[in-house]
Amino acid sequence: MRSIWRHRLFWPVVALLTLIAVNSIARPNFIKLRVRDGELFGAIITILRDSAPLMLVALGMTIVIATRGIDLSVGAIMAVSGAVALTIIDGSDDPGNLATVLIAVVVAILVSMVLGVWNGFLVSVLGIQPIIATLVLMLAGRGVALLITGGFITTVNSEPFSYIATGYLFVLPFAFFISVAAITVIGLVERRTALGVLTEAVGINPEASRLAGVRSRGIIWGAYIVSGTLAGLAGILYASNIRAADANAAGVFIELYAILAVVLGGTSLNGGKFSIAGTVIGVLIIQTLDSTILFLGVPSAQSPVFFAVVVVVVVVVQSPRIRNALGRMSRSRKPKAAVAAAVVEDKQKAEVGR
Amino acid sequence: MPADNEVPPIVEMRGITIRFPGVLALDNVDFTLRPGEVHSLMGENGAGKSTLIKALTGVYAIDSGTITVAGEQRTFHTAADAQEAGISTVYQEVNLCANLTVGENVMLGHEPRRAGGIDWRATQREAARHMESLGLAIDPRSMLASHSIAIQQLVAIIRAMVLEAKVLILDEPTSSLDRGEVDQLFAVIRDLRAKGVAILFVSHFLDQVYEISDRITVLRNGALVGEHPIEELPRDALVTKMIGRELEDLATLEKSSHRAIDRTGTPVVKAEGLGKRGVLEPADLEIYEGEVVGIAGLLGSGRTELVRLLYGADRPDAGQVEVQGAPAKVHSPRHAIDHRISFSSENRREEGVVADLTVAENIVLGMQARQGWMRKVPKKDQDAVVAEYIEALGVRPANPNALVGNLSGGNQQKVLLARWLATAPELLILDEPTRGIDVGAKADIQKKVSELSSQGLSVIFISSELEEVLRLAQRVAVMRDRRKIGELDATQVDLDGLIDYIANAGEGSAA
Repeated sequence: MRSIWRHRLFWPVVALLTLIAVNSIARPNFIKLRVRDGELFGAIITILRDSAPLMLVALGMTIVIATRGIDLSVGAIMAVSGAVALTIIDGSDDPGNLATVLIAVVVAILVSMVLGVWNGFLVSVLGIQPIIATLVLMLAGRGVALLITGGFITTVNSEPFSYIATGYLFVLPFAFFISVAAITVIGLVERRTALGVLTEAVGINPEASRLAGVRSRGIIWGAYIVSGTLAGLAGILYASNIRAADANAAGVFIELYAILAVVLGGTSLNGGKFSIAGTVIGVLIIQTLDSTILFLGVPSAQSPVFFAVVVVVVVVVQSPRIRNALGRMSRSRKPKAAVAAAVVEDKQKAEVGR
Repeated sequence: MPADNEVPPIVEMRGITIRFPGVLALDNVDFTLRPGEVHSLMGENGAGKSTLIKALTGVYAIDSGTITVAGEQRTFHTAADAQEAGISTVYQEVNLCANLTVGENVMLGHEPRRAGGIDWRATQREAARHMESLGLAIDPRSMLASHSIAIQQLVAIIRAMVLEAKVLILDEPTSSLDRGEVDQLFAVIRDLRAKGVAILFVSHFLDQVYEISDRITVLRNGALVGEHPIEELPRDALVTKMIGRELEDLATLEKSSHRAIDRTGTPVVKAEGLGKRGVLEPADLEIYEGEVVGIAGLLGSGRTELVRLLYGADRPDAGQVEVQGAPAKVHSPRHAIDHRISFSSENRREEGVVADLTVAENIVLGMQARQGWMRKVPKKDQDAVVAEYIEALGVRPANPNALVGNLSGGNQQKVLLARWLATAPELLILDEPTRGIDVGAKADIQKKVSELSSQGLSVIFISSELEEVLRLAQRVAVMRDRRKIGELDATQVDLDGLIDYIANAGEGSAA
């Protein structure tokens, strides 16, 4: 029992379940699923579908943060990616052609990958601090996107392109499958190979890792490439959803929500140990919260405040001090020594963290 | 002058018990510190020295027992509480702000103020005055990071003095100091003792303990063994108390240095004119199969720089390296490892262990880095390797899942040794592998080095303890002022001869 309580994902899961419970009580329709034309509908399905862009960006952000970095440029990369894809489709003779859409998507993702390569180059080769290195593209990226679309919001009417964000495969949204595929691929690559533990080593102690023979540069560079690529895919999903490339609106603030999702999932901004499962839960918390705000009819002007209050509660509950205090309360019947030992243990952890 | 028992103690710890998960770190330990004495706390790594110090400085909460400071029973919740009570600590690893100036570090939190702001000029002046009183002649406006670890250590001690400590705890203060600096430090310690400061001294150098201490308290496995005035506790009795058994004779190791080395073939590694401007003058070095080459010289003489260039940790701008007779490009640690050269840094915490990873992950890291991330070392092989080395090197706790950051220095060093041995190197470079670790762990590591080299492993062994270098090495390269000044046959030279060579050789010819 205590091991469950102490698990690093305990509080994120509790937060998510609480949100779902509150929603289910407030609106019984929340957990109801309806089948229409062999496709599932319902609030939960919507959450799974709409969370896809944030999920992709947050997965990349997790890897970057594990290396002690941060990627602020993801929103801008989304804008560029959407602009590239839509410009290609818009300029073609047959926007509805599947081949055209495929080419557009592939080119857009390749461009995003190149932007990731650029970020990684600045950080891993030139040694520029990640927050500054990615700030460059964060500021410049939207300008590039506007340049590509000629300053307009490019809109297209393309059946295959819309399918990406709004279509269904079997009974579930296609976007959901993209999320699941990304989670699976990242999870498998990180944990089935040694990439995960090497990334953690680089994040915890870069110099010791370098001297141990770890190719730190490649690992850090790779993290930014993955982040850029996933942001590009997220940009496609966003553009597909609104059938337009809006350089000023695509992925605005998504870098901050992605960082929030990573932190909610228990990965420290100091780098090192990371949790893909934690990030997935973090994203679902944010998306469920978003849906809750919409549904409860919180006026849009106040919704950020509501959002912030819930986030603060979740973050505070997760903080080491509060966790210790709660832990102490739950074990108050046990001898004092055990509690003191736990305090000592936490202090040791705190020391290690320093 | 030893303090007599009539003086009321400044610190009295009674029945101190501290439990960590699964470990009884301190078991009902008493400790008494009197004003105007230098009191050494002795024990092997893991005996509870650091834990006792951390209990006294408020870092760890005690489970039972009492702490009385200056006649008043105290409970320290934080390190600040202890500092408030006049207890200052200088830790083994320098705990200052490397990115501030020396003066700022010395005065941090105690800067003279003027008109609501910090009076920087007065701050520097005050800092300079404190530094001068301890005979440290460096610019208080220079960055701390620009100085050697030895200087930083002295700065940490000066800082403790600024806090007007009544109790000064020195945890391995001399582990990175050379002899001259140790003398300087000891002069300061005697000065402070005469002023009535109580000094708690922890060092693994027995010579220094006997040189400076008035009294010794011995701990073993978290329990008190005894408290003795220094003149009543001869060295061999102390060592026996510390390890609980007679220290194994190191005579077998003496033979190691006399082992004949076949130097007719191709050297395993040969460096020619290896150097870097401003760091090291071009130097040559050859290492043959099964040979232990010691590198001797003072701190900052270029001995670390030489091996870092050889390993590719820093990039040389002159010279070439041959591995097994073939020219080799060693521009990064990766290249070195591909050529089966391994390097264990003197800076264990910053450049050695990955603290938040487990013992097992740290051991496997070298192998895994060598294989690349695509080919993960199978779990079964990992477990086998980890179990083998934990057993062979005696890592304690013998728990592969313990976080390395929670291990004592000696055990961290064993984990690092395991990391490198697991990569099956042909040349193993060990920079200060025994610094700051206890007698038992030190003997373990020396024995392992001797054993492996007799099986054909080539080793470069750097240590400030020249006895250790002479015991293990067949040949000693001597460094001075970032230059290699010569090589000695370890069988033909004794300690005095080596010291003399380090100090005087080639003095006449050098410009």
